[in-house]
Amino acid sequence: MRIEICRQPFAPWRELSQHQDQHLAAGSFGACAALVGSMRDFNCGEAVTRMTLEHYAGMTERQLRQLAEQAMHQYALLDVLLLHRIGELRPSEPIVLVAAWAAHRAAAFNACRDMMESLKSRATFWKKESVASGERWVQANTPG
Amino acid sequence: MSVHVKYFASLRQQLGVESVELAHRRDMTVADVWQAVSRQPPPCNLLCACNLQYTDFKQAVADGDEVAFFPPVTGG
Repeated sequence: MRIEICRQPFAPWRELSQHQDQHLAAGSFGACAALVGSMRDFNCGEAVTRMTLEHYAGMTERQLRQLAEQAMHQYALLDVLLLHRIGELRPSEPIVLVAAWAAHRAAAFNACRDMMESLKSRATFWKKESVASGERWVQANTPG
Repeated sequence: MSVHVKYFASLRQQLGVESVELAHRRDMTVADVWQAVSRQPPPCNLLCACNLQYTDFKQAVADGDEVAFFPPVTGG
């Protein structure tokens, strides 16, 4: 299980591939489900040029570890990879990668979705967007 | 003998400060901490944590605890 908060841009598909090659035995899993969330260049009808993501150091890491451990246990996962950006982002940059490996697809799909929804609703991150009129804090996440 | 109080995101920006130290009192709750540092009712969507875990405003606060206040989260 790897959980990391990243201050610099990351390449999600390369991270996924490397993690699988290094930590999962060939033939040991039947499914990997992954979600990559990335920054849009629009929100609430306005163009967004930049975004700043902040977190509650200490609490956020603990939350991410807990939700990953919960999914590992609930779905009998073989492994989890969870990366989340903080700092200043530009449109198209990845924000989050959640990946779950399991023996079968149902567990992988459901675990990936559960971890993502739990992260969105509970993990202590906050977004501030730059738009033409200035900066604004994102008030709430869009429904999944 | 104090409580460490932290603010995040829009709340930190509104208050113009990241953290404050507050003298601990007997039978103190998270609501007491908020009242002491802000002197106003909590916004309806205000969230709080004590020692890195979500909590509610009735939670007792011990000397040395870290209490945080913040708006709804928007990660992912």
